[in-house]
Amino acid sequence: MAGEPIIRVEHLTAKYGERTIFDDVSFDVKRGEVFVILGGSGSGKSTMLKHMIGLYRPAAGHVWIEGEDIASAEGEARRRILRRIGVMYQSGALFGSMTLLQNVKLPLEEFTDLPADARDCIARTKLHLVQLDGFEDFFPAEISGGMKKRAAIARAMALDPELLFLDEPSAGLDPITSAELDSTILRLARTLGVTFVVVTHELASIYAIADRVIMLDQRKRGILAMGSPEELRDHSEDPFVRSFFRREALPEEVRSW
Amino acid sequence: MPGPEPHAARLEGHRDPRGGLVLQLAGRLDTASTGAVWREAMQLTRGGSAGDLFVDASGVEYCDGAGASLILALRRNQEAAGRGFTLRGLRPEYRQLLDMIAPAEHAPDEVPPHREGFLEALGRAALQLLADQRAFLAFVGELCVSLAAGLRHPRQIRFQDFLLVAERAGIGALPIIAIVGFLLGLILLFQSAVPMQRFGADIYAADLLGIAMFRELGPLMAAILLTARSGSAFAAELGTMKVNEEIDALSTMGLEPVRFLVVPRVLAAVLVVPVLTMVMNLAGLVGGAVVFTSFGYPLVTYVSRVLDAASAGDLLGGLVKSLFLGVIVAAVGCLRGIQTGQGAGAVGQSATSSVVSGIILIAIAEGVFAVIFYVLGW
Repeated sequence: MAGEPIIRVEHLTAKYGERTIFDDVSFDVKRGEVFVILGGSGSGKSTMLKHMIGLYRPAAGHVWIEGEDIASAEGEARRRILRRIGVMYQSGALFGSMTLLQNVKLPLEEFTDLPADARDCIARTKLHLVQLDGFEDFFPAEISGGMKKRAAIARAMALDPELLFLDEPSAGLDPITSAELDSTILRLARTLGVTFVVVTHELASIYAIADRVIMLDQRKRGILAMGSPEELRDHSEDPFVRSFFRREALPEEVRSW
Repeated sequence: MPGPEPHAARLEGHRDPRGGLVLQLAGRLDTASTGAVWREAMQLTRGGSAGDLFVDASGVEYCDGAGASLILALRRNQEAAGRGFTLRGLRPEYRQLLDMIAPAEHAPDEVPPHREGFLEALGRAALQLLADQRAFLAFVGELCVSLAAGLRHPRQIRFQDFLLVAERAGIGALPIIAIVGFLLGLILLFQSAVPMQRFGADIYAADLLGIAMFRELGPLMAAILLTARSGSAFAAELGTMKVNEEIDALSTMGLEPVRFLVVPRVLAAVLVVPVLTMVMNLAGLVGGAVVFTSFGYPLVTYVSRVLDAASAGDLLGGLVKSLFLGVIVAAVGCLRGIQTGQGAGAVGQSATSSVVSGIILIAIAEGVFAVIFYVLGW
């Protein structure tokens, strides 16, 4: 199964009003890999993610998730796609009026006919997967930012999706929490075979988790580079890409670029 | 370089023999002191005095970003006017500072922002209005579908939310409904009884109050209070959820925000608004009774007048109307919440706009109902 594309982005163009964010972008995400989307601010990383999960309609092009076009799917077809994906938002987006356990149970209540004790048990195991045992009855406002993100991952995983989208999982976290989150992601990818699409620009995290990255660029309005992080660091011909992966300031002659 | 005694910035300008202008800058050119010099320098150079500009900065003791910006601004003005600019005597470390902020000039020119004319603005506003209408229509459609689906499969409704909202919007509103209703009845009866007394018709003020409360004022005031208390709360609540990406999270979980968030709120409002209207009516009648009896009439007269004048049809018509007003208020509050833009300020705007739109729509609906009731002969 590995190696076969699970997401296929074809000639995708995104616009905000008249402003083109990216133009004619195509790439594949393979089953079972950790795929990182990165780029400077304004390059359209989050916009790309929101197109991939069907929140935005593309100005042109398609996003196929396991052969189904997410943008044009409606009603039952759309729900069928959405059931197979989980999304962790930048802020966690946990429902503030529910405890962590209720947050994780919500998709189970809405989409399955499992009995209440089964739902409860499944939700607890998900929280255990992200090491949040003991916090089941806390409200999102009572826990730290890193815990919220982990709880959000647990909720995204409630229905055991094959595909998890994470929007800036390490933004605003301290290095230790961020590293713990990375190891959680890796564990899930390797043991459960979940495919991850991660938006981030945390370099340490990219080296730790990414199988492949694409780098979006504001000026090119598209993909600047694609490959494994090591490849891009050592072999990219683009000075910007090399500098990014080596964490260096840009050479003076390409500054104005 | 804070010296023992800070020297303020100084500026002197004089003509040089060839017709140019020489500006001598001296002292500390920092954020605190550059302001005064800036205005002076701009006046001297802008006044049409023409010619080339020589800036002598040899007396500058200290220069920060503000000072460097002044020199840069002078240079840009000269360049824009096609005249010469020469800078002398600036210490090398400050020249470096100048170079650091100067390269911005070599950046590729951005496309100048397009200034839109009146017609274009008008067209854009019209399109925006149309888009708003379309969004509203789509929302109403989705709400109807979701409500119908909810009625067919009641298990899909989030009853927990429904009860919570019903409690907050209903029981929580009782005190203010009672107070406003009482005062309304009091004032209305008094104000109408005083002129009617001149014709000896003050006893009919009770009829007036009964009919007015049941048919118009009860439902109207209950709906307005619901907009102010709960419509704005819905908008703020859903708006905050929008800002926190919770609404996005719902839709990517395959849970339509309308079914999940709006339907319980609309149903709760529909449930509580007739109750609030009844309480409003009752409180109004009690208020009227207080004034009426103070005129020396016995209470039994008041009750029999009210019962005589206001029919069950009046009461029922008002209650039916209040149901629709409840739907409108709750739906507009939720719609404005879902339409919230980004940031905390947007939540406030949504709350405001939910109340404004709510009251406008209530007024329109009142008009429509007046016509319908007239045609039906109620």
